[in-house]
Amino acid sequence: MLGNLFAGFYQFADVFAFLVLSAAGLAIIFGMMGVINMAHGEFVMCGVYVTAASYHAGLPLPLAQACGTAVAFLIGMVLEAVVIRPLYTRPLDSLLVTWGLSLVVTQGTLVLVGSTFPGIGTPLGGFRVGDYTFSAYRMVLFAAAIGVLGFVWFLFLRTRFGIQARAVMQNPGMAQALGVRRNRVYALSFGVGAGLAGFCGALYAPTMSLIPTMGSSFIVESFVTVVVGGSSVLLGTAPAAVALAVIRTGLNAWYGQIIGQIGLLVAVILIIRVLPDGFTGWLTRRTA
Amino acid sequence: MPPDPILEVAGLRAGYGGTQVLQGVDLSVGRGEIVALVGRNGVGKTTTMRCLIGLVRATAGSIRFAGEEMSRTAADARARRGIGYIPQGRDVFPRMTVQENLAVGELIGASRRQRRADLVYQYFPILAERRRQMAGTLSGGQQQQLAIGRALIGGPELILLDEPSEGVQPNVVQAIVRVLRSIRDDLGTTIVFVEQNLETILTLADRCCVMEKGKVVDAIPPGAVTSENVRRHLLL
Ligand SMILES: Nc1ncnc2c1ncn2[C@@H]1O[C@H](COP(=O)(O)OP(=O)(O)OP(=O)(O)O)[C@@H](O)[C@H]1O
Ligand SMILES: [Mg+2]
Repeated sequence: MLGNLFAGFYQFADVFAFLVLSAAGLAIIFGMMGVINMAHGEFVMCGVYVTAASYHAGLPLPLAQACGTAVAFLIGMVLEAVVIRPLYTRPLDSLLVTWGLSLVVTQGTLVLVGSTFPGIGTPLGGFRVGDYTFSAYRMVLFAAAIGVLGFVWFLFLRTRFGIQARAVMQNPGMAQALGVRRNRVYALSFGVGAGLAGFCGALYAPTMSLIPTMGSSFIVESFVTVVVGGSSVLLGTAPAAVALAVIRTGLNAWYGQIIGQIGLLVAVILIIRVLPDGFTGWLTRRTA
Repeated sequence: MPPDPILEVAGLRAGYGGTQVLQGVDLSVGRGEIVALVGRNGVGKTTTMRCLIGLVRATAGSIRFAGEEMSRTAADARARRGIGYIPQGRDVFPRMTVQENLAVGELIGASRRQRRADLVYQYFPILAERRRQMAGTLSGGQQQQLAIGRALIGGPELILLDEPSEGVQPNVVQAIVRVLRSIRDDLGTTIVFVEQNLETILTLADRCCVMEKGKVVDAIPPGAVTSENVRRHLLL
C-alpha cells in the first residue's frame, strides 16, 4: 500500500522534475526576450557532454556537473552578444538562426566527437519503500527541480539584477531611461537561460546514453511545458509542470506509456485552446 | 542665454520613420531653473523630451548637458550621467511594487540608494505607506508621484517631466507642484517640464519656451509668466 502510494508520487516527481528542468531555461529566454531558442536542446547537450568529459577527466560528479552548467552559461552569454542581440526586433530570424545553430552543433559534434561518447553510470543506487525499489538519484533530480524554482524566485524577486530584468521585461525603453544597462541584462538573462539548460543536461548526463542528437529528446517536453506555461517560470512553468506531470503519470499508470505521451499532447492542445497565454496569462489576470 | 547653462540644445532634429517631427529645436536652460515647454497638441513636445533622454534618436543638432555632448550617447548612459526622465503617461512598471519601482534606477552604492529612497518617501509620504503595493493598482496621482520619485533615486541634476498634471486630481497636482519646487530649492535640481494646464505652469515655471511645428518659436521670460501671456499658446 505504502509502496504503491510512493510509486505514484515517485513517477509524478520524475516527470515533474524532467519538465521543470528541461523547460526553465527555455522559459526564461522566451519570457525575457521573446526569443524562441531552437538551440535549447543543444545547450542541454552541451551540459551533458561537458559533464561527461570532466567526469572522465577525473572530476567528482558534482564538480563535473558544475562545469557543464558553467560552460553552457558562458556560451550563452557570448552567443547572445554575437548572434542574438542584432535580431531582437526580428523574432522569426532569431528562431531561424538558433535552429541553424542547433543543426551545426549536432552535426559538428558528430564529426568531432563521433556518434557515441562514454557515459556515466547512475550514482547513489536505490532505496526501498514497501515492496518496491526506487532510484535515489531520481529523488535528487526532483530536489534539483525544486531548487531551480527557488533559484529563479530568488534571482528575479530578491536581487537587483532581478528587479532590473523585470523592469526591462515590462518596459525596455523606460528601464533604459532610468539607467539600466539593457544589453547587460539581456546577456545575463540569456546566459542564465542557457546555464539552466546546461544544468538540466548536467543532471541527466548520468541517466542517458550520449549521442549527438540527444538534445532533441528534451525538446518536446520543454517546448510543451513553455507553451502551456507561458512566459513566466514561477507562474507558468511550475504550474504547467505540475498539471502535465499529473496527467502524464495518471495516463501512464492506467493506459501505458504510448497513451501517456499522446494524452499529454492532447491535453496541451486543450489547455492552450482555453488559456492562450498559458498559465502565466491566466494567473496574472487573476492576481492583477 | 541663461548664465551657467546646464542644458544647451541647438538645431535638434528628429522624427519617426520618414516623418520629421523636430525641425531644429533650440533651447538653453540654466542650472537650477524651472522651465516650461508649452505648445499645442502634436507640435513635438514629447518628442523633444524623448530625444533629450535618448529614446528617440537625434538625426541632427546637438544636446550639450553639463558641457558634454550627449546626442550620440545611449539613454541609459545619459540617465547615469544625471538626467532624470518622467514620461507622459508615467510608465510606472505596473507588475512591480512601489518599492521595486524605486529600486530600478541605477545608482552605485547601497547605502546611498537607501538614503535616496528615504528622501523620496519624505517628499511623497503616500509612497512610503504603499511601498508594497503593485504600481499598476495606484491612482493616477500616486503613479505620477512614483514616477517622479523613481527619477529622483538616481540623484539627477536635470529632470525632464512630461505633462505631470495629466490625469491627476487638481489637489494632488498642487501637492506635486509644491514638492517639485522644494526639490529645486533644496537640491538645486533643474527642471524642464511640458504642461498644458495653465494653473500648473503659472505656479511652477520660472519661464516658458513656446513650441510650434517642431521648433521653439517664442519665449516668455521670468516675470512675464502670466495667465494672458501663457493662455494663447495653450489653445488646442
Ligand atoms: N511613435 C510615433 N510614431 C509616429 N509618429 C509619432 C509617434 N509619436 C508621435 N508621433 C507624431 O509626432 C508628432 C509630435 O508628437 P508629440 O507626441 O511629440 O507631440 P506633443 O507636443 O507631445 O503632443 P501632446 O500635447 O498631444 O502630448 C505628432 O504628429 C504625432 O502624431
Ligand atoms: Mg506629449
